[in-house]
Amino acid sequence: MGKKVYMDNAATTQTKQEVINEMIKYFNEMYGNPSSIYDLGRTSKRAINKARTSVAKFINADEDEIYFTSGGTESDNWALKGVANANKSKGNHIITSKIEHHAILHTCEYLEKQGYEVTYLDVDENGVVNIEQLKESIKDNTILITIMFANNEIGTIQPIKEIGKIAKEKGILFHTDAVQAVGGLRIDVKDLNIDLLSMSAHKINGPKGIGALYVKKGTKLDNFMHGGAQESKKRAGTESVQNIVGFGKAVEILEENFDEHIEKITKLRDRLIKGIKDNIADIKLNGHPVNRLANNVNFSFNYIEGESLLLYLDMEGISASSGSACTSGSLDPSHVLMAIGLKHEIAHGSLRLTLSDSNTEEEVDYVVQKLVDVVNRLRVISPLKG
Amino acid sequence: MYTEKVMEHFRNPRNVGEIKDADGIGMVGNAKCGDIMKIYMKINNGIIDDVKFQTFGCGSAIASSSMATELIKGKSVDEAVELTNKAVVEALGGLPKVKVHCSVLAEQAVKSALYDYAQKNNLVVKGLEDFNPDEDVHEH
Repeated sequence: MGKKVYMDNAATTQTKQEVINEMIKYFNEMYGNPSSIYDLGRTSKRAINKARTSVAKFINADEDEIYFTSGGTESDNWALKGVANANKSKGNHIITSKIEHHAILHTCEYLEKQGYEVTYLDVDENGVVNIEQLKESIKDNTILITIMFANNEIGTIQPIKEIGKIAKEKGILFHTDAVQAVGGLRIDVKDLNIDLLSMSAHKINGPKGIGALYVKKGTKLDNFMHGGAQESKKRAGTESVQNIVGFGKAVEILEENFDEHIEKITKLRDRLIKGIKDNIADIKLNGHPVNRLANNVNFSFNYIEGESLLLYLDMEGISASSGSACTSGSLDPSHVLMAIGLKHEIAHGSLRLTLSDSNTEEEVDYVVQKLVDVVNRLRVISPLKG
Repeated sequence: MYTEKVMEHFRNPRNVGEIKDADGIGMVGNAKCGDIMKIYMKINNGIIDDVKFQTFGCGSAIASSSMATELIKGKSVDEAVELTNKAVVEALGGLPKVKVHCSVLAEQAVKSALYDYAQKNNLVVKGLEDFNPDEDVHEH
């Protein structure tokens, strides 16, 4: 077997060895339940609090504003359902966008069935939410605005500060799904007027199955998980101590050399974009040309289909992803690519390559070289390339 | 998720290309759904001497086209009309349920090319009486 190049870091990332090293201790010698009063329990409790401090610091929140969850999806579900339930007396209108993750969109659809009203904002061709439409959509009964920080497919970063300002002026709660953004850019929840923020560990070289919801002090939010008194009685269930420790460690590593990390990934990203643009014709870069995540590259290749592209790349040892219908098991291509106005056949031919700081320039060049071959091969087979 | 046979035909698709002076050409599917198949046939004395395909689509669409062309090459028009999507699936060692429509598309592409040949030559081909080349086979 030849080379292996992993460029699907928006799907998940490799758990760093330093993270695993920290976690292991909490499987063997320090296995106490954090709710127990003896030393072993207190050790676990301390470990959780240390991680909580790290996560809080990372987004400029206070420690008691961070609640650990099972991941991004739970955080999104909790934020939306919790706010909707707790603010019923105030109103039943929620504003979101058409390009949110399914954890938001499907939760919104569920809430619609429960009698809530949801406005799905359009985005422009770069995937940026229409701010004017947002302002016009606000009504007296609007209780929540939920707009993702950065898009998982096309990497577009939203004008979060502007949205936060609007929400604050109107006295509406503002939630953002920052699962992809954490690790890609600096986030300051105070400066950005964010009331709730979802994050996930496995997108930043932490373990899977752990995330957090930041909830600004004083925010009215119903519980989602009912049971014990964990997480200040806000999120029941014995804490996943080793995962929380891993999350904390992943954040600490990221914090330590954040600027270098971003600079390195951005350079790789720009090299990859340039390499593809210089060597392949009839393509389109999807997402914002400038305001995009440091690790995100998304192209559509005319005349070919995404699943074929992924399979041929896989044969060359390259792991990537696509917004093609065939990779999702549904008839339609990605809702995000549709929302930015791509024609179906162009959306079917999309490829997402997402980098990490473990990738190298040599890997980027290898991917470009293989991509040229694979795209040519598929175009030879295609009836659309006349 | 794909059988070794599917992957083998996907890796090395047979009969790729076009036939300039084809006697029958069939194109089915649409870009909206993400798969289009085009089949070209050279037919002499009722025998398919040569067949080529071009496909825009996923791995199973390419493998299904490749297999379908293999199954009808050298066969008579009457035999080729009998090709079913089931036969394509079986020859491929199976397809995932969500991909079975690719084999239906391959069957339709073959029939469509045969229909075109019959139309051009004022022939009545048994089995194509009710064939509608514009029928949408996307039921996935």
